[in-house]
Amino acid sequence: MKSKVIVATTINGEELEFLCEPRQSLLEVLRDVLGLTGAKEGCNNGNCGACNVLLDGVLVNSCLVLGVEAEGRTVETVEGMASGGQLHPLQQKFLEHAALQCGICTPGFLLAAKSLLDHNPDPTEAEVRHWLAGNLCRCTGYDKIVRAVLDAADTV
Amino acid sequence: MTTTTTSYKVIGSRPLRPDGVDKVTGRAIYGADVRLPGMLYGKVLRSPHAHARIVSIDASAALTLRGVRAVITAQDLPAIGDKIADLGESVVNLRYASNNILAHDKVLYHGHAVAAVAADNVHIAEEALALIKVEYEVLPHVLDGKQAMSANAPILLDDLRTNELGKLGNAPTNVAEHIRHQRGDLDKGFAEADVIVERTFHTATVHQGYIEPQNATALWNEDDQVFVWCSTQGAFSVQEQLAELLQIPISRITVTPTEIGGGFGGKINVYLDPLAALLSRKAGHRPVKMTMTRAEVLTSTGPTSGSHIRVKMGARRDGTITAAQAELIYEAGAYPGSPVGAGCGVIFANYRLENLQIDGYDVVVNRPKASAYRAPGGTNAAFASETVVDELAEKLGIDPIEFRLRNAVREGDRRPDGPEYKRIGLIETLEAARSHPHYTAPLTGKHRGRGVAAGYWGNWGGKSSATATVNSDGTVNLIEGSTDIGGSRASIAMQLAETLGLPYEDIRPQVVGTASVGYNDVTGGSRTTFGTGWAVYEVGKKILAEMRQRAAEYWDVPVESVQVADGVFAHNGDQMSFRELAGKLDTPVTASASVHPQNYGPGFGVHIVDVEVDVETGKVEILRYTAAQDVGKAIHPSYVEGQLQGGAAQGIGWALNEEYVYDDKGRLVNASLLDYRMPTALDLPMIDTVLVEAPNPGHPYGVRGVGEVPIVPPAAAVANAIYRAAGVRMTELPMSPARIVAALATQSTNAA
Repeated sequence: MKSKVIVATTINGEELEFLCEPRQSLLEVLRDVLGLTGAKEGCNNGNCGACNVLLDGVLVNSCLVLGVEAEGRTVETVEGMASGGQLHPLQQKFLEHAALQCGICTPGFLLAAKSLLDHNPDPTEAEVRHWLAGNLCRCTGYDKIVRAVLDAADTV
Repeated sequence: MTTTTTSYKVIGSRPLRPDGVDKVTGRAIYGADVRLPGMLYGKVLRSPHAHARIVSIDASAALTLRGVRAVITAQDLPAIGDKIADLGESVVNLRYASNNILAHDKVLYHGHAVAAVAADNVHIAEEALALIKVEYEVLPHVLDGKQAMSANAPILLDDLRTNELGKLGNAPTNVAEHIRHQRGDLDKGFAEADVIVERTFHTATVHQGYIEPQNATALWNEDDQVFVWCSTQGAFSVQEQLAELLQIPISRITVTPTEIGGGFGGKINVYLDPLAALLSRKAGHRPVKMTMTRAEVLTSTGPTSGSHIRVKMGARRDGTITAAQAELIYEAGAYPGSPVGAGCGVIFANYRLENLQIDGYDVVVNRPKASAYRAPGGTNAAFASETVVDELAEKLGIDPIEFRLRNAVREGDRRPDGPEYKRIGLIETLEAARSHPHYTAPLTGKHRGRGVAAGYWGNWGGKSSATATVNSDGTVNLIEGSTDIGGSRASIAMQLAETLGLPYEDIRPQVVGTASVGYNDVTGGSRTTFGTGWAVYEVGKKILAEMRQRAAEYWDVPVESVQVADGVFAHNGDQMSFRELAGKLDTPVTASASVHPQNYGPGFGVHIVDVEVDVETGKVEILRYTAAQDVGKAIHPSYVEGQLQGGAAQGIGWALNEEYVYDDKGRLVNASLLDYRMPTALDLPMIDTVLVEAPNPGHPYGVRGVGEVPIVPPAAAVANAIYRAAGVRMTELPMSPARIVAALATQSTNAA
């Protein structure tokens, strides 16, 4: 029952292997096994979106994915968004628009917004609000988050 | 939109926050991200009952599970006598606080902590919880404040006696306190009224809803030094609470605050910290990390009080309010300490009143102990009074903002609870709302309506300390102790930059723990930009004075002959910049300051909301929202706007959806973020803000607290809008679809 599984996967562009128990979620593996604590646990049942990552490019709640399901797939986390010493435009716009207060929901929002812009580079405000409805923020009232995403879409 | 008066170089600009990059790259360390070598994981066993006597606890089976390192119960906590402690926004009896940490003889709510386990990983700890056998004798429970006041209600705390207007009663009761504010002659006031409105209201228990669950990591060393890492609104408050709860000297406890994922008042009281410390000691002095699940957050931390409120107000035809009376019953949860006192302060604070009476009752019920939540008690109170004010205006045929203007408090008026107002901005804020394009825009369409409401919060000063060091290149390191929940590193650094005449970028602020800075009260009470801002203003003045002295020594002239302005020192035609002088310093220049400012000015907000009511389903859609507020002086306007927007959003959630739902056994049945329904991006429009700047004369830069005011008006504003949209006066929160449909059905029955 305690035996661990070797999982081979690609995380933020890097091929790697990790050991995990079959019962461990991808979120737990990212945070506790791999030390990638950018994904946050807000609810552990898929309601808040703070643990959002991209799995083969698809937005998922990593608390609802098992670690072993990462076998042979690619995972993208907030730690992989900035590249070449440059913040991703979404990261930059979140800062410029003061789109975070406490910041705990920010990694999830960034990945959800990235996923939106990957699908729809020129969303309307309504489309942004609909896409981000799986992510809870308790600080901002969403106004500045929505503006940041719309502004980033203009930039990308 | 901002109205402004004074011009500053740094204050009023919108620089990026110093901690921004860490927070958008996932690098910032929050409480749950802490990892220490040899760390164990702790979990809490909680009561499945609303009210029960603990007959026995048997942890022997759990202790035999491989990987389990320690189990604790209330027996492991030191016995504590009655002692009242002021913990920022809450005053608590430490014996009750200890019983809330781990239940002693009785459990008082579903989710009350009973035992805790430390194990090699979180899964083993959870397995161990299932092996702890607790025998309960279930007792009758009471969830509702009014029922808890009745003669035959189950008694929660055998030793509780009512503090009846300052005099202690002698019979067992659930009523901890009855307070009263009184002025003038109520009967005379109502006799003078042409219109009187009286209504009773009920508001549900709601939660702060921060996205980061409570967490704590603790190490109890062999030399009895205790180290704690946690997300908290106040490291020094955690230190003091632990010293009291664990009965060890304050100096032996070091609390290092991590980044904090929201608090709203709910991360002041400790829950896990003392458990993690005790488990660490019992598990052989290994560090123990504990985090709550979302269900635990909802069942066992923070909510704010549900309430029953009766309001009666009368006014003359000319729109003058002649009398106001209110009775507020607030559910404190399992132990005394609801925010009913603050509610009594808020309920009529907007209006000049000659005749008033306010009665408040603090009542214990079998729900989690209430803790502070953004303007604690204010939203409940304003929902009641601002709905009645709206109805008075309607009955008198006066525009609701005009009606409020005719009665609005101004400098020199007295608050219902006594003190005299200094410079306040309610009138300017009402005028700003009245002339806002939102208020003047026509609203058309079926079942649409516009509502307004005003709100007050007193704010707080608190104690703050800060230290700064001048570096050889002229930049400045700033050490502060106020945890940054919403951008306060920026607003604090900006005030130091302004004081020193330096660019914002030259100030590097850092938030540190109890070992590294002087005492700081919690980030709460809307006090940080005000109080810690004042501390860095004093630090800046000391640094300038010392630097001026150094410049005088350099030029070998009397210090009085050196002028300082905009970061430049000058004497008789010679000039030296702050940076140049910093490079010439032999002995370092550092300065510290501690302050406890009292002249925090209260703030007022006026909110305008347009709604559309779906009369078939009862769903209320927010079409447009504007929040105007007297903010004193906006240091960083983006974060001030953010406070208004966030407060409005929380208030809208409180108004429309959020509530604790219990089954008939007193168990919370909606302890998840799916069933405890907070607003999403899809539920809200953009939230427009109007920053009215009526500078607070009690602060060097005119700062007033801004964080709490904006949650006070929304529920009433939404209720008033619903009335205009659908013709029903809603007197219960939340105004959920089921309640709207029921109200509409009652309305049509009455009409028939």
